[in-house]
Amino acid sequence: MLNITLYLLQRVSAAMMVPFVLVHLVVMIIAVNGGLTATEILSRTQGSLVWMLFYGGFVIAVSIHAAIGVRVIAYEWFGLNGRWLSVFTWTVGALLLFTGLQAVHAVTATPL
Amino acid sequence: MPDTSELTVTIQRGDQHDQHMDTFTVPAFSNQTVLDVVSWIQQNEDPTLTYRFACRVGMCGSCAMMVNGVPRWTCRTHVKNALKGQYLEIAPLRNLPVIKDLVTDMDPFFDKWIDAEGHHHASLTRNDEFAAITPTNPKRMTANEGIECINCAVCYSACDTVKNNAEYLGPAALQRAWTLLNDDRDEQDETIIDAVSGSSGCHNCHSMGSCTVYCPNELDPMSAIAGLKRETTKRALRRRR
Repeated sequence: MLNITLYLLQRVSAAMMVPFVLVHLVVMIIAVNGGLTATEILSRTQGSLVWMLFYGGFVIAVSIHAAIGVRVIAYEWFGLNGRWLSVFTWTVGALLLFTGLQAVHAVTATPL
Repeated sequence: MPDTSELTVTIQRGDQHDQHMDTFTVPAFSNQTVLDVVSWIQQNEDPTLTYRFACRVGMCGSCAMMVNGVPRWTCRTHVKNALKGQYLEIAPLRNLPVIKDLVTDMDPFFDKWIDAEGHHHASLTRNDEFAAITPTNPKRMTANEGIECINCAVCYSACDTVKNNAEYLGPAALQRAWTLLNDDRDEQDETIIDAVSGSSGCHNCHSMGSCTVYCPNELDPMSAIAGLKRETTKRALRRRR
């Protein structure tokens, strides 16, 4: 149930995620190593455009990649087909994008 | 010389709607193929047993069956290499509709060869010169790696993606498309690329590799499909530029 367009989108989003995952893990380990509190972390991320773009891009890549991956599982294992398969794919993608961007906003936007 | 031992052979019987297993006791010989066993049962125990074979030497691709859960060309499979203890379970090829007993309907398999544009697209006429292609031409060498397919459908039957995605063109048809794409005498590259780029095309392959593991002619359809993925990707990116 993958055509060339979906295949390319999934490969490109996977390639995008490689640096995102590596930086995310390394920074997380280094940051927590010294015993940072949540408040201290938020004080560094809130208002930071760099972290907003970084995690915003991460969330977009994840939403595309996961929606297509789950689409294949839904088709091959649960027989979801046709229009409902498209609806399902878009719903998964939109849900991940919405919740992910909400989290990015909470962590990186300047608090009121 | 027959051994004193015997084989216990269970065979799937019936059509698509009504299936059961029949068990037979078959004399074991020191030199015996799975097809020999099936023929012995048909000739000595049950003349109604239906199965398919022709050449008996691994060329025609008509005798493939599931043997102890594994797709095999039965005429070239020695019983001793397929046995579990003294037990053989023989069933029709997986992923294809059963007509009767061990005979499957191969239509979906061959229809997909056509859907994958797995046929020669000629452009020259008999009045044109031959296209001169040397045996060392790299594209020719790539095509050569896949052309010894005997259409036995063992790869199609082994493929878990085909099992879960009935629309998927499958390893044999895609490998055929790949050989034609690398054949300089075939003039419709774009037709082939379009045929394998759709929702039933090569991008559905999960690279699990059962096709390559079970191909009785030791071909490598998984790598052929990987080649198609690379080539379709290159051309798609070029088209978008």
